[in-house]
Amino acid sequence: MRRISLTQMKGKQKGTIFDISAGPALQNKFMSMGIYKGREITKISHIGLKGPVAIKVGRSVLVLGHGVANKIVIESHD
Amino acid sequence: MIKKIFLVGNPNVGKSVVFSRLTGVQVISSNYAGTTVEIMRGFLKLDDQEIEVIDLPGTYSLEPSSKSEEVAVSLLNETAKDESVVISIVDATNLERNLYLTLQLLEAGLAVVVCLNMCDEAKHHGVSIDMGGLEKLLGVPVVPTCAITGLGIKILIDRIKEARSVSLGKSNHRDRWQTIGSIIEQVQRLTHRHHSLREVLEDASVRPFSGALIAIGVMFTSFEIVRFIGENLISRIADPIFLNFYQPLLIKLSPMLGEESFLHHLLIGDLINNKIDFKQSLGLLTTAPYIEFAMVLPYIISFYFVLGLLEDIGILPRLAMLLDNLLHRIGLHGFAIIPVLLGLGCNVPGILATRNLESRRERFIAATLISIGVPCVALQAMILGLLGQFSGFYVSGVYLVLLVIWVVLGVILNHTTKGYSPELLVEIPPYRLPSLSTLWKKLFLRIKGFLIEAAPLVLLGVLIINVLLYFKLFDLFTGLFAPVVKGLFGLPKEAVVALVMGLFRKDVAVGMLMPLALSVKQLFIAAVLLAISFPCAATFVVFFKELGLKDLLKATLIMCVVALATGTLLNFVMH
Repeated sequence: MRRISLTQMKGKQKGTIFDISAGPALQNKFMSMGIYKGREITKISHIGLKGPVAIKVGRSVLVLGHGVANKIVIESHD
Repeated sequence: MIKKIFLVGNPNVGKSVVFSRLTGVQVISSNYAGTTVEIMRGFLKLDDQEIEVIDLPGTYSLEPSSKSEEVAVSLLNETAKDESVVISIVDATNLERNLYLTLQLLEAGLAVVVCLNMCDEAKHHGVSIDMGGLEKLLGVPVVPTCAITGLGIKILIDRIKEARSVSLGKSNHRDRWQTIGSIIEQVQRLTHRHHSLREVLEDASVRPFSGALIAIGVMFTSFEIVRFIGENLISRIADPIFLNFYQPLLIKLSPMLGEESFLHHLLIGDLINNKIDFKQSLGLLTTAPYIEFAMVLPYIISFYFVLGLLEDIGILPRLAMLLDNLLHRIGLHGFAIIPVLLGLGCNVPGILATRNLESRRERFIAATLISIGVPCVALQAMILGLLGQFSGFYVSGVYLVLLVIWVVLGVILNHTTKGYSPELLVEIPPYRLPSLSTLWKKLFLRIKGFLIEAAPLVLLGVLIINVLLYFKLFDLFTGLFAPVVKGLFGLPKEAVVALVMGLFRKDVAVGMLMPLALSVKQLFIAAVLLAISFPCAATFVVFFKELGLKDLLKATLIMCVVALATGTLLNFVMH
């Protein structure tokens, strides 16, 4: 088990959200979209070095800007 | 007693399609989050009673994070709970995430009916949902529908009366997700499906290299299709009708009016080499309809047809992801590409769509860039008509200049505008095969909108100009601006009339350049200036409504500076 930020994950890697360091407004938005502590996610891709990250949460595909993706800490499964 | 029905749901679950089905009011729907930014109202007849149906912009929760979500939530909070019913529209392919909002609605004590939409698609994805079980667990009616085909809508209407509020205590986020988890476990069964071609494409389109290739391919093809359809509509349909059927009628009318009369000047305009020239005569019955129906309308049709396809397939949010990096440089994030693309059709819906952007700073930058650097399809069609006869170089040149302005101005605005720009956070919908009926309805709505809005303004514009020209009232005005227009831009002083007309409507303004016999360099500069300068009257009004007087004045000032600088620069650089 390693703790890394969402941006550091590799494509197709699975992990569980360990922590989200965001303000209450963003936490709420994340929460309503199904991004919360303990949730399992799969990273799909990453555009460029500082680009957005695509993840699969449940049945939806979400895209997060680089800055917000950095705020999410993942416990990777491998 | 029920007085109001609210349609509430996550973005892109098909609220607008359900709304159309319930009320018969046609509205635009697409396959991306945030198509509806305005509140739509219509009526549904229930037991001989007209009940107001209100379609709210999509929201993920009752704690709003953008302007359009805010609008939805505040309206919901304002209404009396005992007089309203909420239809919570849920995407059956993604029940888990959608239930979050439904639970919040139930917690708020609202009377709810759940409409489980896209049931057919869920089946395709191997998702089966136990309706009875879900109904029991939630305690409110659950109706499966497929709004695109109309399946289940009748049952939904029948069961609206059964809507009830359940006594669900306030809960926190974690508990809510836990409840959802257990509901899903009990009612949803997934059958594993093999990866389809569509899934492979979906995957490829959000990866850096393959995604960029797909995006470039799609944009290039789209552009070519727009041009192909537009050109053919003009050369095969519009032009023959005007030249073979309409012109002979006008030729008979002309001597009846008498060539020197005021009425002749007004209706037919000037005869060019003793003939009616649709592009140059500038009459209410000649140039005005020709501009709208033979030059602009064909491109309106082809542009919106292709845009509709892109919207319904689900390409736009993927472009947002790929362009996120670039758009960050100009203080926006990837989603801003959607208002910009809509702005290429007409600036008005473009500026309205900036409501999906979260901060005021972003909205100001996006709206300003749209009104200055994004030419609407009417203007583009006219520029093509005007410059297309020379060489492709000039037409692409206009786009190139606009792109440069866009980037430079964007970078400057990013460094000077106060406030913060949030990051991209958006859902990517699955690729969907567009439904032909939605596509046609949407195209029809947009064409109708254009005709209703544009045709009267174009007639009015040509009328005003003809009167002013006839009584030579422009002379004072042109004299005043001549030094700038002549000295800095290298244009004849008559072009002032066209530039002023640009405030009002761009297509007529470009049309007014046609009789001036300008050189290609002058045409190029005038076209660029018209593209940059003040958007049309309608855009002005929308900008004012959306961002207020202060921002409108700021944007206007920026426009003047950009137009002045670009016009002068081009005049001195070009040979």
